[in-house]
Amino acid sequence: MSETTMLDPTSELSPVERQLLPRLEALGDATVGLLDISKPRGKEFLDEVQRQLEELGAKVKRYAKPTFARVAPKELTQKISSECDAVIEGLAD
Amino acid sequence: MDSLTNSTYSLIVKKSCPTCELIEPVVRALADTYGTSLQVYVQDDAGYLSELPQQADDTTLAFSYQQNIEIVPTLIRHATQAQSEQRLVGWDRQEWQEFTGLDQLGSDLISFKPGCGSLTEDPGMAEQLAVRFEGERLQARRVDVADAEDIMEACFDRGWSDGLPVVPPTPIRVMRMLAGTDLAPDESIGLVPPDHVNCTVEKVAINAVMAGCKPEYFPTVIAVVRAALQEKFCMHGLLCTTYFSSPVVIVNGPVSRHIGMNSGGNALGQGNRANATIGRALQLLIRNVGGGKPGGIDRATLGNPGKYTFCFAEDESDLDWPTLAMDRGFERDDSVVSLFAGDGVQPILDQLSRTPESLAKSMAASLRSVVHVKKFGMADATLVVCPEHRRVLRENGWNKSDLKQALFDELVTPGTELMSGVGGISEGMPEKLRGKLLSKFRDDGLHIVTAGGTAGMFSAIISGWVASGERGSQLVSQHVD
Repeated sequence: MSETTMLDPTSELSPVERQLLPRLEALGDATVGLLDISKPRGKEFLDEVQRQLEELGAKVKRYAKPTFARVAPKELTQKISSECDAVIEGLAD
Repeated sequence: MDSLTNSTYSLIVKKSCPTCELIEPVVRALADTYGTSLQVYVQDDAGYLSELPQQADDTTLAFSYQQNIEIVPTLIRHATQAQSEQRLVGWDRQEWQEFTGLDQLGSDLISFKPGCGSLTEDPGMAEQLAVRFEGERLQARRVDVADAEDIMEACFDRGWSDGLPVVPPTPIRVMRMLAGTDLAPDESIGLVPPDHVNCTVEKVAINAVMAGCKPEYFPTVIAVVRAALQEKFCMHGLLCTTYFSSPVVIVNGPVSRHIGMNSGGNALGQGNRANATIGRALQLLIRNVGGGKPGGIDRATLGNPGKYTFCFAEDESDLDWPTLAMDRGFERDDSVVSLFAGDGVQPILDQLSRTPESLAKSMAASLRSVVHVKKFGMADATLVVCPEHRRVLRENGWNKSDLKQALFDELVTPGTELMSGVGGISEGMPEKLRGKLLSKFRDDGLHIVTAGGTAGMFSAIISGWVASGERGSQLVSQHVD
């Protein structure tokens, strides 16, 4: 019985290089989504982010996950990607 | 002779078998009679019977394995269009004469001698042969370890371990594990979070090997994985949370006894292989297949020791006390695993209560501490009632439903006592609930099981994850198939 060969217990995900989407050149014409993950005090934090973005000329749209414990529903991610040029997700409290 | 010439025969023997040695004259007679319609396969010595043109070397056991030979000698008349396959095993003179139609066959031999075990049946041989002849059924990437490398260290180095040594998942061990199920190795069990990767039965087997499981535990392990992947359990969020919790596995039904799980003394502790390794297999699977590792996606502030393994069986010795699986709609005879998102074990010592009323009040008071004494409706809990406490209830006519109702009633609390700031403690319930009566647990948020040794009036609370119910995790159950 040879112990020199083992079977890989992992998912064998080969490290695929993810291509970054084109970066925004300027915020002037951009719509930026702010996703609140529904943790306490997320609103206050994102209010301040929104204020600063608008000073820079961006349009801001606000979104919220139903619960922080679960991943965002597909409908929500699709809505954000169709309505925004960029998204900022507020993580944790 | 027509029937003889249409049929082909195989005879499987081994030199070290006294029965095969006895029937050597019979083998020669058959060789003369059947000519090229016969092949004689020798398992253990390529030189044995080599004077016969029909002799074939089967020391690789390829033919014997393919034919599922269990006993030598075995004589096979292979199937034809007119006839299905027929077999003789061992030596029974009358049977052999009738089978072959040769009425003088072996007439000078004793009438009966049982055969010997085929070499394919030697201990440990079945898995070796499975790897040799069916190794292509294993699809996982092969990882070769250099001779100079310590194989246990190699598993650590590759990041496969939870911090304790793992059993190296060699092909033969994985084959042995797969023998514990009828499922095909490439069958999908589902997508494992957090990476949402397709997980095959083979990957479950590999991680079960590493956890130290025996093949007989494997159906239970499969059920545990299926349960963890149920949408209601929210394994993804449970792994990512900064909170303590992790899957707690509770096993009900005959399987828990068949595989020797511990539901008695120290049931929540160390020392029982099935308890320890079944829980660990799930943790390793989430780590290795799902990619969920502490410091990565697993963001626990403190975690808890149950994240190595937390698995036990329920004490089902009181046939009038419903089991957890029965509470979830199963029958007492069903083998079922249930997963609860929980963490530490909080003791309830009560050595003085001799009435159910007193004991329920005592338990309820302790249950207030789940998460925080001033946080209500937040986390679920599993109450583990020890046998002595169950006895106090049962001797006074109470059953599980009576206990559960008493606990709920006892825990209803005016919001005014729980407000943020009350008692000089900022933590607490929001102001809008001040005028309400609050329940500690949501309706399906308190589960009751029994386990533990027969001495000691010590029950336990397994506190749940703060994200409970539809916004987080709910207890899930899965039948063990």
